[in-house]
Amino acid sequence: MAIFSVYVVNKAGGLIYQLDNYAPRAEAEKTFSYPLDLLLKLHDERVLVAFGQRDGIRVGHAVLSINGVDVNGKYTADGKEVLEYLGNAANYPVSIRFGRPRLTSNEKLMLASMFHSLFAIGSQLSPELGSSGIEMLETDTFKLHCFQTLTGIKFVVLADPRQGGIDSLLRKIYEIYSDFALKNPFYSLEMPIRCELFDQNLKLALEVAEKAGTFGPGS
Amino acid sequence: MSRPGNRRPECHKINRDLFVLTYGALVAQLCKDYEKDEDVNNYLDKMGYGIGIRLVEDFLARSCVKKCHSYSEIADLIAQVAFKMYLGITPSVTRNESSRNEFSLILDKNPLVEFVEELPAGRSSLCYCNLLCGVIRGALEMIHLTADVTFLQDRLKGDKVTEIGITFLKKLEEKKCRRKK
Repeated sequence: MAIFSVYVVNKAGGLIYQLDNYAPRAEAEKTFSYPLDLLLKLHDERVLVAFGQRDGIRVGHAVLSINGVDVNGKYTADGKEVLEYLGNAANYPVSIRFGRPRLTSNEKLMLASMFHSLFAIGSQLSPELGSSGIEMLETDTFKLHCFQTLTGIKFVVLADPRQGGIDSLLRKIYEIYSDFALKNPFYSLEMPIRCELFDQNLKLALEVAEKAGTFGPGS
Repeated sequence: MSRPGNRRPECHKINRDLFVLTYGALVAQLCKDYEKDEDVNNYLDKMGYGIGIRLVEDFLARSCVKKCHSYSEIADLIAQVAFKMYLGITPSVTRNESSRNEFSLILDKNPLVEFVEELPAGRSSLCYCNLLCGVIRGALEMIHLTADVTFLQDRLKGDKVTEIGITFLKKLEEKKCRRKK
C-alpha cells in the first residue's frame, strides 16, 4: 500500500478524521529461553526492542503478547510488569509476539494538534509574506503532504516517497469532504466525521490514486 | 498553468422547476408559520447561513480559486463564478464610490422568482430571496470575512432591478479559532 494514512484536521487543530491504510502488519511470534537475547526497553508506555534484531523481529517493534495473552502497554494482562516478568528465569520458556506498535487514538489526536501548531509556525517563519504553511515533510520512509483550504481545514496524507499524484488526491479528498461530510445535514461542522459515504468514497479515491500514482504525473 | 474546474463525472441534473417550486413552498410555509415579515426574513437568512457555511467548501473545492487580496476581487468572484456555478446567472457588480467596502450585485434575472409576480397583500416587506443573503453571509464568514448582506432593491417590491448589497465589515481574526478546552 503506497498511501499510508489520511488525517483531516479542523480549524482549531483537532483531528476530525483519520484513516489508516497500512499493509497487514508484519508480526513475529517466537519462543524464547532464558536469557533473552533481545534488548528490550520501555518507551512511551510500551516495551520496545532496542537492539538484537533477528528473524523478522526488528528494532522498534513492540511486545504485543506474551504466551498468547495480549500485553497492555507495559503490563501483562494479569497486571505484572513485562520487563520484570521477562527478567525472571522461572517464567521461561516463553512465547512472545512482536510487531509494529499501533498509535492509539489519543496519540493521533496529539500529533494532529502538534502538526497544526507547527504548520502555523511554518507560515510565520517564512522570509516572504503570505507564505502557505507546511506543504510537504519528507523522510526516508514516507512523505507527508498537507493541503490547507482557504477556510482553514487541513488534509494530511502520508504516502510512500515514490508515490505521485498526491496533490490531485488532496484536492479530490477536499471534494469528497465537501460532498459527503458537509452536505450531510446531520453532520455538524468541526466535529469528528462519522459518515459512511465519506469513508467509502475516500477509500475508493485512495485506491484510484495508488493505481494511477506511481506512474502518473509527479506531485 | 491554470487548472480547469473539476467536474463531477456524473453531473446529476434535476428539473430547475422542482428547485424553484421547493423554494417557493419553503417561503410559503414560513409565511404561514410567522406573522411578521421580519421573522420570515430572519429565518430565511438563518437558513441561508447554514447553507452558506457548507456551500463555500464545495465552491472552493470545485472552482480552484486562489486567495483573494481585495474586496472587489471577492465581489467579482461571487458574481461571476459562484452565482454562475449555482444559479446559472451572472449578476453585475457595482461599487459604491463613497465607501471602499460596499458593493452591489445587480441581478437582472433571478431564477427563484420565476413564478412569482408580486408579493401578496400584507407581506410588503418580505424579502423573498433572503436565503441568498444568508448564503453569501455564511460563505464569507467561513473565509474569515464578516459582511452585511441585504436586499437594497427588489423587483417584487416594485423596484426596477433586484440589487443585493454587500458591505464588508471588519476582517475576522483567524486566531479566533482556539481549541476548545
